[in-house]
Amino acid sequence: MTQTQASQHGPLFFRDRDWHPAAYTPGYKTSMTRAPQRPLVPLGSTLSEETGPAFGQSMIGELDNNLVMNFTGQPAIGERIIMHGRVLDENGRGVPGVLVEMWQANAGGRYRHKKDGYLAPLDPNFGGCGRTLTGPDGRYEFLTIRPGAYPWPNHVNNWRPMHIHWSVFGSGFGQRLITQNYFEGDPLIPLCPIVNTLARQEAIDVLVAALDMNHAIPMDCLAYRFDIVLRGRRQSFFENRKEGM
Amino acid sequence: MVQRLDYLKESPSQTAGPYVHIGLTPNRLGIAGIYPVDLGLSPVSEGAKGERIVLTGRVLDGAGMVLRDVVFETWQADAAGIYPANDPRGAADPAVTGWARVAADFDSGIWRLETVKPGRVPFPDGRMMAPHISVWLVARGVNLGLQTRIYFDDEGEANDACPVLARIEHRERLATLLARKVGPGAYSFDIHLQGPQETVFFDI
Ligand SMILES: [Fe+3]
Repeated sequence: MTQTQASQHGPLFFRDRDWHPAAYTPGYKTSMTRAPQRPLVPLGSTLSEETGPAFGQSMIGELDNNLVMNFTGQPAIGERIIMHGRVLDENGRGVPGVLVEMWQANAGGRYRHKKDGYLAPLDPNFGGCGRTLTGPDGRYEFLTIRPGAYPWPNHVNNWRPMHIHWSVFGSGFGQRLITQNYFEGDPLIPLCPIVNTLARQEAIDVLVAALDMNHAIPMDCLAYRFDIVLRGRRQSFFENRKEGM
Repeated sequence: MVQRLDYLKESPSQTAGPYVHIGLTPNRLGIAGIYPVDLGLSPVSEGAKGERIVLTGRVLDGAGMVLRDVVFETWQADAAGIYPANDPRGAADPAVTGWARVAADFDSGIWRLETVKPGRVPFPDGRMMAPHISVWLVARGVNLGLQTRIYFDDEGEANDACPVLARIEHRERLATLLARKVGPGAYSFDIHLQGPQETVFFDI
């Protein structure tokens, strides 16, 4: 709310809808009844999408970005990993003050959710969610457990690769985004119908977090780097007009 | 060869999946102890100026099934038409945060939002948009968050002059964006993801 840098105003870049997954992707069955069939009405951004909610450090608890400890205070079971990276916009600038929320299955591939009946056990010390705000340069960091792969009902014998779900805000409500990251080297990635809702291999590649040995802590945990990119904003001298003129 | 445009590409979306409540509304799901409260419980606090309203509704798929696993977020201006954050025009009513996270009831699928009716906000060319609440919706089976708006059926004059509503070519679809007044300060608004009553979604 107090940040006034130029990048926080101005129209949003147009969304490249061929880069995102299509709404209707029969390989992922649930999309078939939930995808709108009429064309979207083209609008572009207005003040309603160029503004958005602001979040402050005061709402973030000390352990919110530590999924190993944040549920009971006792360590969760599994492979300890650091997930870190930057939130950038399409202009390549780090975006500060972004609320990053994430959720995931435990080491066995089980979610703490009444609808998840997978036979892998719950970990009494793993809740499965975390959140943080990006720093001045857009950086964020979580300590967590590497999530397990899990089976899901779609076609027979579909498995989700190891993944974490991510939810990010920009400074405009039109930048709102949810995605998932995968992990370098996981052989399940190319087999997953949800991954394959993405038509382009380059789009899949940017969701695969890279093993980052420079950020690993010896004798403690490995690290993976996952950068997240939000829609950019147009900046032009010709657009530095008063709103409404 | 030409100079390279060194823009990055937006991170591609992936569905929020069936367990989205773990990440966005863990307390509501029964995961207590991580966060003291869920975020976005209300877009207004005590003393917010303007007309108090309550919206209720459902989200339905193309088979007519009511979704229980859906979450959407709303963003709106205060009663004077100022957005509570990042609005270049100035400060909004301090009792309005403007943002809410709305989850359908796990049993009935009915959602509810208590807020104040937003004021009119200018379109980029200066014409006034009718009062509306912006909606961003995610669920299992939704590959990229859907963007729509809630307008009000008792704002006939403002709706007629709204440059956004004017963009809707098939006029019979306009009704899908209008919350229906069902009582004093009470509105009903269903979102149809697919089918004959499919809600208008925007490419923003
Ligand atoms: Fe998942």
